[in-house]
Amino acid sequence: MRIVVTVKFVPDLQSTRSFTEGTVTRTADDGTMNELDENAVEAALQIKESLPEGECEVFALTMGGADATAAVRKALQLGVDHAVHVNDDAVAGSDVFGTATVLAAAVAKIGEETPVDLVITGMAALDGLTSMLPTALAHKLGFAQLTLASALTVADDAATIERHLPDAHDTVSAKLPALVSVTDEANKPRYPNFKLIMAARSKPIATYSLADLGIDPASVGALAARTTVVDASPRPPRENRVTVTDKGEGGVALADFLIERGLV
Amino acid sequence: MSTVAVLVEHRGETVAQPTLEALTLARTLGTPVAIWLGDAPAADAVSLLGEYGAEEVRVVSLGEAGRVPSVAAAGVTAAVGDAPVLIVVSTFVNKEIATLFALETGAGMVVDAAGAEWVGGRIETMQTVFAATWNVRTRINAERAVVGVRPNTTMAVAAEAHGAASVVPVAVETPEVRETIMSVEPQAVPDGAPLSEAAVVVSGGRGTGGDYTLVRELADLLGGAVGASRDATDEGWIGHEHMVGQTGTTVTPALYVACGISGAVHHRGGMQASGTIVAVNIDPEAPIFEIADFGVVGDLGDVLPQAMARIREHKGA
Ligand SMILES: Cc1cc2nc3c(=O)[nH]c(=O)nc-3n(C[C@H](O)[C@H](O)[C@H](O)COP(=O)(O)OP(=O)(O)OC[C@H]3O[C@@H](n4cnc5c(N)ncnc54)[C@H](O)[C@@H]3O)c2cc1C
Repeated sequence: MRIVVTVKFVPDLQSTRSFTEGTVTRTADDGTMNELDENAVEAALQIKESLPEGECEVFALTMGGADATAAVRKALQLGVDHAVHVNDDAVAGSDVFGTATVLAAAVAKIGEETPVDLVITGMAALDGLTSMLPTALAHKLGFAQLTLASALTVADDAATIERHLPDAHDTVSAKLPALVSVTDEANKPRYPNFKLIMAARSKPIATYSLADLGIDPASVGALAARTTVVDASPRPPRENRVTVTDKGEGGVALADFLIERGLV
Repeated sequence: MSTVAVLVEHRGETVAQPTLEALTLARTLGTPVAIWLGDAPAADAVSLLGEYGAEEVRVVSLGEAGRVPSVAAAGVTAAVGDAPVLIVVSTFVNKEIATLFALETGAGMVVDAAGAEWVGGRIETMQTVFAATWNVRTRINAERAVVGVRPNTTMAVAAEAHGAASVVPVAVETPEVRETIMSVEPQAVPDGAPLSEAAVVVSGGRGTGGDYTLVRELADLLGGAVGASRDATDEGWIGHEHMVGQTGTTVTPALYVACGISGAVHHRGGMQASGTIVAVNIDPEAPIFEIADFGVVGDLGDVLPQAMARIREHKGA
């Protein structure tokens, strides 16, 4: 079985995040692998570990500038077998459709000799949070779409997920190949251990260019994007903030604030 | 005037408030038509959609297969026809349907928007990102646009003049799909407005110690919904559907009250765009105070009962 996990390099949530010329500022200092992709890596590793030794290979796949290597490096530290980085200046500014086109081509290339059975993604990237990529990628790959899985089992050449929607909890199944996006309820990601961290340092990372993938650079990237950020500005901090310390009157002060604002 | 399709959110016959907000927004962009996935709506629902400006209600009946995103998307695509704009409420499911619609039609797409307008023949959207610390305006370059709007970002107002909406059944051939629905376990409908739509949200975190009595009582008193932090839902103190945050529900109520919640970035990402934020926490250093309009450093066991007594007194007066 061959599994590809997509991982994204995003600004660290704890850092001050910003925009530069209409795109999210990404630098190696404060960037990291999207936290929710840890659940995707974990799901893939659990499947691998449930199979006999040597029967499953897990690839981590990312796209982006040179910094994005940090995302696949993190996946290696967690224990994936191989790392692939689509590194091409022309992908900068891609929208979700461009991103899905590139990732689908990379999955196809990874599957040239041994076909890819499963692609696992996180439920969202914590920078954009649009959750659109898994659907778009499944569509481009022509794989079954099993998204928002809070539980995943793979058996008998099929994947089955639990999908908790507000109105009902669904169980959905599909024959492989399939794309599965996992939520942060699906599992508890492991921490990288020292041995893997050391080993990850020297593991090779395959790099693909758009030419390697047979993609016309004009069909992806900022110019092909169906959306463009035309303005981005930091929101002013909330003004006139008040904090009181309760010395026996805190509740009254709170109530009076709500009453004054007409919120009661 | 352009036709603006609006995908209706409904639970059975009840049209959800965000749909009325979306129709209100749609009227500023063109002539709204409503798309109803499910069994044909009752007269009440049709007339309500008409009051908010829908000229037509296009009905697509897909049965349980409609729970598969690609089936729902085929239905929506057929019902939208050649309308240049589709508005959906930004839910996880609608994002999937809308993404497939965009792949099918070449439309450009923005989700989690707080508004939209025409600028030079193209749709531009407004939204907040990075836990509501930035405002962003996005132009949809494609000729067709899909906009996912967040609940509580447009004030729902009925149309001044409106006719009766006509009901138009739409025939769709259900596409072959690779996914099979094995089972569907319906979930109980909570009383009151769902978390994402509530005008007031009172949330409790680890600081409640697992006792939600005071939080629920305050929520009831303010006519709001009960929220929670992930630590609280992880502890099993309250259902996961109450979780507010980046991986839970994003809320933008007029009032958000955080009780015993530290204000981790994951939590803030789901509530920072709220109108007024109030926090009660015993730790003066809790990050939630950085974004609270009004904060009380104190024990929620003392502060909440006193606040409720005062509010009741005020209401009674
Ligand atoms: C990938 C990922 C996604 C996540 N997504 C989410 C998400 O969507 N939503 C979310 O909420 N979290 C999320 N988290 C978890 C988040 O990082 C925090 O751990 C969580 O929000 C903390 O919950 P809390 O504020 O209840 O608990 P704590 O951080 O422990 O805070 C409890 C607070 O209660 C106060 N307190 C204690 N006793 C009292 C009292 N008697 N009266 C008043 N105050 C009191 C304390 O001073 C403290 O500030 C996510 C984490 C990860 C890694």
